[in-house]
Amino acid sequence: MAYNSIVLVKQVPDTKAVTGKAMNDDGTVNRAALPAIFNPEDLNALELALEIKERYGGTVTVVTMGLPSACRVLRAALCRGADRGVLVTDRRAAASDTLATSYILSCAVKHIGDYDLVLCGRQAIDGDTAQVGPQIAEKLELPQITYVEELHSIEDGVMTAKRNVGNGWEKVQVKLPALLTVMNTANTPRPAGGRLMMQYKKARSLSELEQDGGSAADAEKLKAKGLLIDQWDLDDLKADLQWCGRDGSPTKVHRIQSVVLTATEQKEVEPTDDGLRGMVHELISDHTIG
Amino acid sequence: MIEINRQGEVWVFAEQEDGVLSDVPLELLGRGRELADKLSVKLAAVLPGKGVAGLSADLGAYGADKVYVVDDDLLEHYQSVSYTKVLCELIQKHKPQIVLYGATAIGRDLAPRVASKMRAGLTADCTDLQIGDYEVKRLDQVHKDLLLQVRPAFGGNIIATIVNPDRWPQMATVREGVMAMPSRNGKVAGEVVRESVKISPEDLAVKILDRHRAAKKVDLKASRVIVAGGAGVGSKDNFQLIWDLANVLGGAPGGSRAAVDLGFIDHDHQVGQTGTTVRPALYVAVGISGAIQHVAGMSGAAKIVAINNDPDAPIFSVAHYKIVGDLNDVLPRLTKAIRTKC
Repeated sequence: MAYNSIVLVKQVPDTKAVTGKAMNDDGTVNRAALPAIFNPEDLNALELALEIKERYGGTVTVVTMGLPSACRVLRAALCRGADRGVLVTDRRAAASDTLATSYILSCAVKHIGDYDLVLCGRQAIDGDTAQVGPQIAEKLELPQITYVEELHSIEDGVMTAKRNVGNGWEKVQVKLPALLTVMNTANTPRPAGGRLMMQYKKARSLSELEQDGGSAADAEKLKAKGLLIDQWDLDDLKADLQWCGRDGSPTKVHRIQSVVLTATEQKEVEPTDDGLRGMVHELISDHTIG
Repeated sequence: MIEINRQGEVWVFAEQEDGVLSDVPLELLGRGRELADKLSVKLAAVLPGKGVAGLSADLGAYGADKVYVVDDDLLEHYQSVSYTKVLCELIQKHKPQIVLYGATAIGRDLAPRVASKMRAGLTADCTDLQIGDYEVKRLDQVHKDLLLQVRPAFGGNIIATIVNPDRWPQMATVREGVMAMPSRNGKVAGEVVRESVKISPEDLAVKILDRHRAAKKVDLKASRVIVAGGAGVGSKDNFQLIWDLANVLGGAPGGSRAAVDLGFIDHDHQVGQTGTTVRPALYVAVGISGAIQHVAGMSGAAKIVAINNDPDAPIFSVAHYKIVGDLNDVLPRLTKAIRTKC
C-alpha cells in the first residue's frame, strides 16, 4: 500500500548570522538582510517522507509559504527526491502570525487533497514556537503526533511511531491520515543527489521566471519538462482573507528591545592565587558558598 | 474566539502525569496570582485527568482560588484531541481572559491546538508576563490592562513584547524554571468545581502502546551552585575541570548549547532558553561567550563568576566577578583555593 506525504517546509533566516539590519522598524523581521536557509528540522521531516516513499511507495509533495525567493527550498527538496514543489506566495499573507500561517497552509494542504501524511519539522529556528504543526492538524481535524523520533511501520494505513517527550518516550499508533512533527534526532537528512541536481537546476516558479524576463511560452516549455514549480496565491487556495495576514493574526508586536543585560556591580579578579583567594573569601563571607 | 471579558479569570493549565503535578503549573500559579490580583479577578487551575481531584489541595496551596476538575477515565493519559476538547469547552463556558500553559512536551502540543480551535493568539516560551496598556497610535486606540507577553525572538537577539488585544483568551506558554516557584501557603483548596466533558472514541485517535518516563538524571534547577562550561573548554576530556570545580563546591555541572552540541556534556545539563532556566546562588561560567539564549537562562543567578580569555566576551556584561584568563590555568587554581578555604 502506497502513502502520499505532504511536507511543509520553511525558508528561515540563519539566526546564527544576525546583524544590526535584521529588524524592520515595525518590529518584524527583515528577511532580506540575512542569509536564508532550509529550516533544519524540516529537512528531517522531508527525509522521513522520502524514507516512507522508498519503503511503501507513494509521492512526496513539498509546500512552502513565503516570498518568491523561498522557491530555493523547494528546489533543494526536489534535488533530494521530492516529486513536486508548491510555492504559496501572496502579499496579503505578509505579517501572518502562527495562527494565520497555519490557516493558509491548511488551505494549501486541502487544495492538494490526496494525502495520507502531513509532515513538519518540530519547530523553525527563527521563532522556535513549534505551533504551526499542531495548529494545522487542528484546522484539518487530523490527529497529531508531535516530536516523532522513529517510524516503526505503516500497516494497512495504521502507523506506529515513537515520540520523544523530553523526560521519556511513547510508542503510539494512529490510523492515517495524521500530521507528524519530526525531531532532528529522527534521521540524518540525505544530501542533494547529483543526478537530481542536474535535473532540477532549471526548475522555476512563475514569479522567478518573470523576474528573469521569461515569457508565457517559456513557462509552457518548463511545464512540459516538469520543471515549473506550482505557485499559488490566496485566491487559488480560496482562502478567507479575514483569517490571513495581519488581519488574521490575533497577536501583535507591542515592543521590540535589543537585549542589554548587565550586572549591577562588577569586580575584576586577577587570575592569580591571591586574586582567586580574595574572591573565594568574599563568596564565603556573603554566604554564597558554605 | 471569545469576546473580551474584563471579569474573566486567569487560568493555569494544571499539567500532571500519573497523578503527579509538574513543577511548571505551580510556578505559573505564582505569577498568575500577581496577574489576577492586578486585574482583581480570580486565579483558577484547570485539572483534567483520571482520579486527580486530590491534587486540588496542592493547587490551592500554591495560590489557586479555584480548581476546575475534569475527572474521567478516558483522560488518564494526555492526548492532543481529548485535552483540547476539555480546554476549549471550559474556555467557552467560563470565558477566562488569560490561559497559561507550561512550555513542556505536553503544553507545546496542547496550547497551539487550543489556540487554533479558539482562533486566539498564543505566545510561546514567554520569559515575563505583566499587565499593561497597549496603545495603537495610528487608530488612536488604547487597550487597557492586556497581558504583556515578553519573549526572546530571533535566536534570542531581541526581546519582543506581544499582545493579543481583541481575540481572547490571551494565551501564553512558559518554560519550566522561568517563573520563580511560589512558597506553599497553609491555605487548603479554594473552591473545587467539578466539570464534565464528553469524550468520544474519535477524541482518542492515538493509541499509546507503550510509554516510558525517566527520572531526570540531574536537577539543575535545584542546585545552589552551578559550574557551566562552554565551547571554550575545548574537549570532553577537558570538561573534567568543570566537574572538579562543581564537586568541590557541592554543585552541579552545566553546559552551554554549544558545549552540548559538541558532545562535551549531556543535554540534561544544558542551561539556557532551550535547556533549563536556572537561578542558583552561584553560577560559574567557564569558556562561555554569552549568547543571549544562554544568558537568558542564567542571569537570574544571585552571583555570577565568568572566566574567559576574551576580555570582551558578552558573558562579562552580566558577571559580578570578571576573570580574564586561560581556564586551564584558572580552574585548577580556583578549585584549590576553594578546597583549602572551605
